[in-house]
Amino acid sequence: MAIFDIFLLEALLNGVLLGGVLALLSLGLNLIFGVIDVVWICYAELIMLGMYGMYFLYTVYHAPIVAAAAVCIVAVAILGVLLHVLVIAPLLGAAPINQLLATGGVLFFLQSAATVLFGVEFKNLGLRLPVLKAAGMFISYSRLLAFVAALVGMVLVYLFMTRTYTGTAIRAIAQDRQIIPLMGVNSRRIYLVTSALGGGLAGLAACLLVLQYDVHPFVGLSFGPITFLICVLGSLGNFVGGFVAAFVFAEIIALGGLYLDLEWGYVFAFAFFIVMMFVRPEGLMARRS
Amino acid sequence: MLALKSVRADYTTFQALFDVSLEVRQGEAVGVIGPNGAGKTTLMRVVSGLLRPTGGSIVMEGVDLVKTPPHRIVELGIAHVPESRRLFPRMSVEDNLKMGSFMRAARPKFRRRLDVVYELFPRLRERRAQLAGSMSGGEQQMCAIGRALMSEPKLLLLDEPSAGLAPVVVEQVFDLVTRLRAAGLTVLIVEQNVQQVLRVVDRAYVLKAGRIRAAGAAAELLASDTIREAYLGI
Repeated sequence: MAIFDIFLLEALLNGVLLGGVLALLSLGLNLIFGVIDVVWICYAELIMLGMYGMYFLYTVYHAPIVAAAAVCIVAVAILGVLLHVLVIAPLLGAAPINQLLATGGVLFFLQSAATVLFGVEFKNLGLRLPVLKAAGMFISYSRLLAFVAALVGMVLVYLFMTRTYTGTAIRAIAQDRQIIPLMGVNSRRIYLVTSALGGGLAGLAACLLVLQYDVHPFVGLSFGPITFLICVLGSLGNFVGGFVAAFVFAEIIALGGLYLDLEWGYVFAFAFFIVMMFVRPEGLMARRS
Repeated sequence: MLALKSVRADYTTFQALFDVSLEVRQGEAVGVIGPNGAGKTTLMRVVSGLLRPTGGSIVMEGVDLVKTPPHRIVELGIAHVPESRRLFPRMSVEDNLKMGSFMRAARPKFRRRLDVVYELFPRLRERRAQLAGSMSGGEQQMCAIGRALMSEPKLLLLDEPSAGLAPVVVEQVFDLVTRLRAAGLTVLIVEQNVQQVLRVVDRAYVLKAGRIRAAGAAAELLASDTIREAYLGI
């Protein structure tokens, strides 16, 4: 029984660590949806490009890892701005389905471009981080690092959103888009800042995921769908909801993985999502309107 | 201070303003009265830039508002309290007020203006951490006016400030207009509450079906039988 408890605790802890990274993933997507009112279907493909960036900078060109991470975060932030300027901005007034199709098109474009440029082989950083052993539990150092960095990233975003004028305007525009010019706010500028922030979060996520996973052109499929489900479960556009839903999902995956296989953890998580869509279609943290 | 000449405004399916000319002079309180659907809110929206006029000119102290980007108009000293208040409901009272000083020139003055607004509305100071959407209608109206005052405007546009409020609160809102004027603010106010608004403004325009039908000193309009019967319904 004591042995079993240790495994349970380890699984719960791993769930928390996974939850932190999933929360970071969903924050970027939620931010874009809440503020600009579009869904970046290709969000996980930005992460894929960031992972390749880390691979090339660190493994191929031997840049120091922290410098490589900083460059990746900035580069993906710029990709976010480009995505907004080139694809989203011209479609802001279009029907939502057209926006979905356009960003969906970008998804396939980026996957194909990555296949052509980088090939389909799995690449990894070739970095082996130790496994920590504490109180009889094994905790992967890279997961712990990813969790802490994700948490730091989210705290920085929180401070930006609550302490600065631009962050306050980002929250305000999500609540009333029409009267925002009356406050002297240029909404086009706010959209650019938000896109950079969403891209930067994708870049940070890329740096953390590449520590644990190999990169290949279709790696976005491993993170994209689950990020969307988390955002929907937490009520799309609701930052707190996304945060809570990320941990709920992560624990289901971790506990499912403990009692059966890791794959079963995902099956349970998706089954839970489908059931929740019947029980609470507006999401866990829906607001009364 | 503010002059509208032959302003015309259209929505996609209908024309809302026809050839509207109107003037607000420094230090005045001017009312625009008229029935529902007369174009009163549209008039406010074309002045603050939320809607672009399709013809005519709007000039504020020599600056052409039609050519000014909407988010720049507040920098010219025009603050608009929109119809039904339009606070950011899931943000605190203080964050709402902070949005009122978003423009660069207002940021260094944020603390000082916050004191001015809290002085004017002590209730807002008590509720500063509360979500704006959870307050009563009267408190929300105070917050909306406070938010507009944060930018230290020269001209305040009030769109139906008494709508949906209890009679006692309506009194307070109109008292406030008198006090703001005494402090040197110029006010353009749009109202359906004709009798009360005519007691606090110097002059008023009667707007009906998108056209100015009458104009004059507030006391004259109140006294004139034809105007009372034809346009004011009192």
